Amino acid sequence: MSQQDNQTAAAPRRLASGGRIDRATPLTFTFNGKRYQGLAGDTLASALMANGLDVLNASFKYARPRGLVAAGAEEPNAILQLGSTEAGQVPNVRATQQALYDGLEAHAVSGWVKAQKDLMSRFLPQVGKLGGKFMPPGFYYKTFMAPASLWMTYEKYIRKAAGLGRSPLEEDPDIYDHLHQHTDVLVIGSGPAGLMAALVAARSGARVILCDEQEELGGSLLSMSADCLDQTLDGQPAIEWRDAVLAELDACEDVQLLPRTTANGYHDHNFVTLHERRTEHQADLAPLNARGAQQARSRLHRVRAHRVIMATGAHERPLVYSHNDVPGNLLAGAVTTYLTRYGVAAGDKLVLSVNNDHAYRAALAWAAAGREVVAIADARPAPSGVMVEAARAAGIRIIAGSAVIEAKGERRVTGARIAAIDIDAFSVTGAVEELACDTIASSGGYSPVVHLAAHTGARPVWSDEIHGFLPALGAPMLKGFDACGAANGSFALEDVLVAAYASGVAAVEACEFETAQAEVPAVSELAETPMLPLYQVPHDKPTARAPKQFVDLQNDVTAAGIELATREGFESIEHVKRYTAMGFGTDQGKLGNINGMAVAARCLGQTIPDTGTTVFRPNYTPVTFGAIVGRHCGELFDPIRYTAMHEWHVTQGAKFEDVGQWKRPWYYPQGNEDMHAAVERECLAVREKVGVLDASTLGKIDITGRDAREFLNRIYTNAWAKLGVGKARYGLMCHDDGMVMDDGVTTCLAEDHFLMTTTTGGAASILEWLELWHQTEWPELDVQMTSVTDHWATLTVTGPEARALVGELTDIDLDRDSFKFMEVREGLIADIPGRIFRISFTGELSYELNVPANYGLHVWKRLFECGKKYGLTPYGTETMHVLRAEKGFIIVGQDTDGSITPEDLGMQWCVGYNKPYSWIGKRALSRPDTRRDDRKQMVGLIPTRKKAGDERIVLPEGSQIVFDPEHAIPMPMVGHVTSSYYSPTLGHGFALAVVKGGAKRIGETVFLPQADGTTLEAEITSPVFYDKKGERQHV
Amino acid sequence: MMHIFCPYCGELREEEEFHVKGQAHIERPKDPEACSDAEWGDYLFFRNNPRGVHHELWIHAVGCRKYFNITRHTVTYEILETYRMGEQPTITGETKADPTTQAKGVSA
Repeated sequence: MSQQDNQTAAAPRRLASGGRIDRATPLTFTFNGKRYQGLAGDTLASALMANGLDVLNASFKYARPRGLVAAGAEEPNAILQLGSTEAGQVPNVRATQQALYDGLEAHAVSGWVKAQKDLMSRFLPQVGKLGGKFMPPGFYYKTFMAPASLWMTYEKYIRKAAGLGRSPLEEDPDIYDHLHQHTDVLVIGSGPAGLMAALVAARSGARVILCDEQEELGGSLLSMSADCLDQTLDGQPAIEWRDAVLAELDACEDVQLLPRTTANGYHDHNFVTLHERRTEHQADLAPLNARGAQQARSRLHRVRAHRVIMATGAHERPLVYSHNDVPGNLLAGAVTTYLTRYGVAAGDKLVLSVNNDHAYRAALAWAAAGREVVAIADARPAPSGVMVEAARAAGIRIIAGSAVIEAKGERRVTGARIAAIDIDAFSVTGAVEELACDTIASSGGYSPVVHLAAHTGARPVWSDEIHGFLPALGAPMLKGFDACGAANGSFALEDVLVAAYASGVAAVEACEFETAQAEVPAVSELAETPMLPLYQVPHDKPTARAPKQFVDLQNDVTAAGIELATREGFESIEHVKRYTAMGFGTDQGKLGNINGMAVAARCLGQTIPDTGTTVFRPNYTPVTFGAIVGRHCGELFDPIRYTAMHEWHVTQGAKFEDVGQWKRPWYYPQGNEDMHAAVERECLAVREKVGVLDASTLGKIDITGRDAREFLNRIYTNAWAKLGVGKARYGLMCHDDGMVMDDGVTTCLAEDHFLMTTTTGGAASILEWLELWHQTEWPELDVQMTSVTDHWATLTVTGPEARALVGELTDIDLDRDSFKFMEVREGLIADIPGRIFRISFTGELSYELNVPANYGLHVWKRLFECGKKYGLTPYGTETMHVLRAEKGFIIVGQDTDGSITPEDLGMQWCVGYNKPYSWIGKRALSRPDTRRDDRKQMVGLIPTRKKAGDERIVLPEGSQIVFDPEHAIPMPMVGHVTSSYYSPTLGHGFALAVVKGGAKRIGETVFLPQADGTTLEAEITSPVFYDKKGERQHV
Repeated sequence: MMHIFCPYCGELREEEEFHVKGQAHIERPKDPEACSDAEWGDYLFFRNNPRGVHHELWIHAVGCRKYFNITRHTVTYEILETYRMGEQPTITGETKADPTTQAKGVSA
C-alpha cells in the first residue's frame, strides 16, 4: 500500500464522543485496496461509514450504486468479499456483521456486473447498455428461452453472472468443529427479552444456552441512549441492567453464553443448529490459541433443546419510495444504532420518513449529535406521541400526513421530495416539496424476526395489530418452542420484559424445575401512539412510470416489477417471488418480503394475508462450507475399514478399490505394470499355480437357534432341509417381489448353528433384512443373528497348487475324498484355531481360510513363507472379477439391478419350487410379469473377431444391445452389458449381459452401438466360458 | 432431525440411529399361493401415502437393532407414539384430525 497516513487518519463521520467503541485502539483496514482507519468495537460497516464511504457495491441487476441500509443481519447491499490471503477468501460477508480487526481486507463484489455485461454484449449486442427497461422481471426467462439449443451456452454465462463473490482457490488451512449439545433451555437472542428469559431459567437451575449473532450480547440494549428518550430499567440506564444480568449469567456453571453465534436453522423436535464464529473477529484465518495450538475457526453447535425461546427481535421495514436505493437512504433504526452504538453519523442533513413513534429516535439522536434534522415526514395525519412532542420541542419540523416520495441524487442522496399522501386512494394529494439533505431515513414499522419459527413448516400468522407476521406458536411443528419480545410482536419495553419473564417461567416449569425468584426491572414510562400501516409510498406518477421504487434491494426487485408480474397473471405470491426473484439468495426476504406482499396485495385488490403467508427456510444467514463440514473432510470424510492384512497390501504396493467403506486390494502391480498387465499375470497365476485373495470383507452373519434351518429355508430361494453338518451351500436371496437381492455361501456348523456369508456391500442391510422377517413375521422361530464380519480374516487360497500349499500350514486333512468340495473343517491353521471352507469363486481348487482377525496378518505372512515354491501370487478384486466372470458367477448389484429374478439368471437349479413354506420371493415368480418369455436373461457375449487384434476387444460395460443396427432411431434396446473383461486364459474379450429372451438366442449375433458412432458386434453364448463342466474345483 | 423414542431402549435418541422401513402393519399373506395376482400385487406394491397420521415401521439400526412402530404426522413430523412389534397404535387418522390447514404460501 502506498497510501499516506492522512488517508487513514480522517474519519469524517465519526462523532467526537459516545458509542461503544474504543477511541484509544485504532485499527487499520483496507477496502478495495485503499487503507482506512476504524476503532476497536466497530463493525466493518460502521468503520466504512465513519470514513465517509457511501458507495460499497453495484447492484445485482441494474448495476446501480449502493451503500449501507441497515446495521445488522438484514443488510441487503454491503455484502463484501473478505480475505487478505487467497486461502482466506470469504464471500458474502455482510459488513454489518463483521467485526473490524487490524489488517482486515475487504472488496466490493462487482464480479457479477462484469459477467452480466459480458453476457449481454455477447448475445444481445443491440441492448448496448444495461438499462432498466431492458430488464423487466422474467427477463432471463423471456430472453434466453429460445432457441432451446443455445441454453447450454447461455447458462454458462448466466451462472457466472449470478454469483455473489468468489470462493477461495487455495485449500482452507483452518479447522472447524461440530459440537453436539443437549440443553434444558436454548434462548436465541440476547436483547431485553432473551436476557430476561435466560435469567429466570438460569436462576431456577436449568441448563441454559444463550446465543446471539452479534459481537456483544445485549441486542437493542446496546444502542439505547438517553439522547433518544430511551427508557431506564430500575432507574438506571438499560445498559447497566444488561451488564448486571450478564455478569450473573456468566457466573452460573450451567449457562453458556455464545456471542457471534447465529441460530441458523430450527429443525424437527427442537433441534437447532448454531453457527459460532470463534476467530473471524480477529483475522481471516484462525490465529493460534493462547497455548500456541491450532483452534477451530468456527463451530457448529448441534443443540437438542428441551425448550427453545426465540427472542430474535424485529427488523425495521423500510418504506418503498422512488430511488430509495441511492446511497444515503437508510433504515431509521440503523441511523440510530450507528449514532448511539458506534458514534458515527450517516450524514449531515437528515430527512426522516416514518409511520410510527419509535423511529423518531433517529431524529432525536441525530439532533443530539449536533446535526441538522431537516424535517420529519410522518404519514399519520396528526402525530402526537411523547417522542413526537420531544421532536417538536427540539425545533424539528414535522410534516404530518406526508411521506418522502422520491430521493434525489445518484451516488449520494442530495434531496428528498416530500408530498402529502392519501394511503387509501394510493395517491399524492398535495404539492411536492423538495428539501435538500444527504440522508433519508425511513421506517414503515417492525417485522418480527420469525424466520426460525417457520423453518419446520409452521406458517407465520398475520397480525392486524402490529401489521406484521407473528410466529405460529402452538402449532404442532413448534412443540417446546416459545417466542417473546419483539419476535412475538411485543414492542414496548415493559411488555417485552413481562412476556420474556413468562416465557422463562414456562420453560423452567416444562423442564420440571422450580421457578426461582427473579424480578422484572421497573421500566420508566414512555407511551407510544399507534402506527399507520404504510408500505409502498404513492408517487406523483403511476408505479409503472415513477422512478424505480425498490422492494428487494439485494435482488433489484421493484414495485413496478411486482405490479408487472401480477398483470402478467402471477397471482400466487409464490409465483410472483419466483418470477421476480424477490427474497431469493442470501437475503431470504428480511427487508423486502412484507413490502413485496403489500405491493402484490394492492395490485390484486386484496389484503396481505389473502396474498399469502411467508415461509422461510434454513439458513437464516449464510453458513460457510467449513462450518457445515466440520472435521468430516480429508481422511475423516467417511469412516474407512481396513482388513487385518491391510498393512501387507500397502507394503506390496497394492492399488486399492473402495467397496462400501472397505479398502480392498484392487491389483498388485509389479515393476511398471499397468492394471491390465497385472491382472493378466494374476489371472494366469491362479489358473496355472496358486493365488491368494484377501476376502475378509465378505459379510458374515452367525445364525443360531433351534429354528435356524427353517429360517434359512424361508429366506433363501433354495432348499436347506438336508444340508448336513460340515457342509456348505450357495444360496440366493430375493425380495418378496422375486428379484435377486443377495447371494452367498452358508455353512452348517452344527444342527442349530450356521454361518452365512453375504456380499461385501450387503452385510449390514442383509442383517437388517433377516431381523425384519424374524421380528415382524416369524417371532415364533427360535433364531438369533449376529454380525461376525470383523471377527474373521478370510484368505482365499485358489489354484491347482492350493492343496499342497495349504497342507503345509494346517493339521486338517485336505484329502480330496475326505474333505470334499462344499465342505468345512475346523483345525489349526499356522498354529491358529480356525476354519477352512472348500468353496470356490474362481472355479479352481480353492480353500477359504478363516482365522480370528487378529491373526489374519500372521497367517497371511506364513502362507507367503510357504508359498514361494508354489509360485503363490496375491491377487486383487479386479482379477477376482475376471475369474468369476469366466465361470459365469454373478455379482449381485453388478450383474443384477433389482429387476432380475433367479430364473432370469438361469439359476433354476437354485430355486426350491417344492419347499413346503412359500419362501420369500416364491409367489412373485408366478406373476404374469415374471413369467414373460421376453424378460431380460443372463447370457454370455463374445465380441466378433474379424481381424487380427480383435481378440483384444472388450465391450464397454453398460453398452446397450440391439438386434438390428439398421433400425431407425430410436432403436429398440434389448439389453445391456453387465460385466466385461479381457481373459488371458481364453485369449479374447468376453462379457456377461442381459438380453431379452437371451436364453433362447444362443449363437445369435447382437450389436452394441457406441457413443462415438461405431457399432460393436458380439455373439450370444452360454455365460460359462471356462471349465464348463466345473471339474477343476473338484480335483 | 427427529428425536425418536425407542420403546425397547426406553430413551429418546437421534434420528441418525434409526432406519425407516416404510408403512407399518403390512402383513404377509399367510398362504401366498392362495392369493390372486391382484392380491399379491397389493401386498407387494401398494402403500398408503397419507397427508396426516401415518404408521411407520422403523428399526433402531445402530442401537438395540429392534424393529418397532411409530405413529407420525407426515405434515408436522410430530411423533404421536412409538410402540413395540405386535402392538396396535392407540392413535389413528380417525382419532386425531389433521390439525393443519395450509394457506397459500411464499417461501424465502
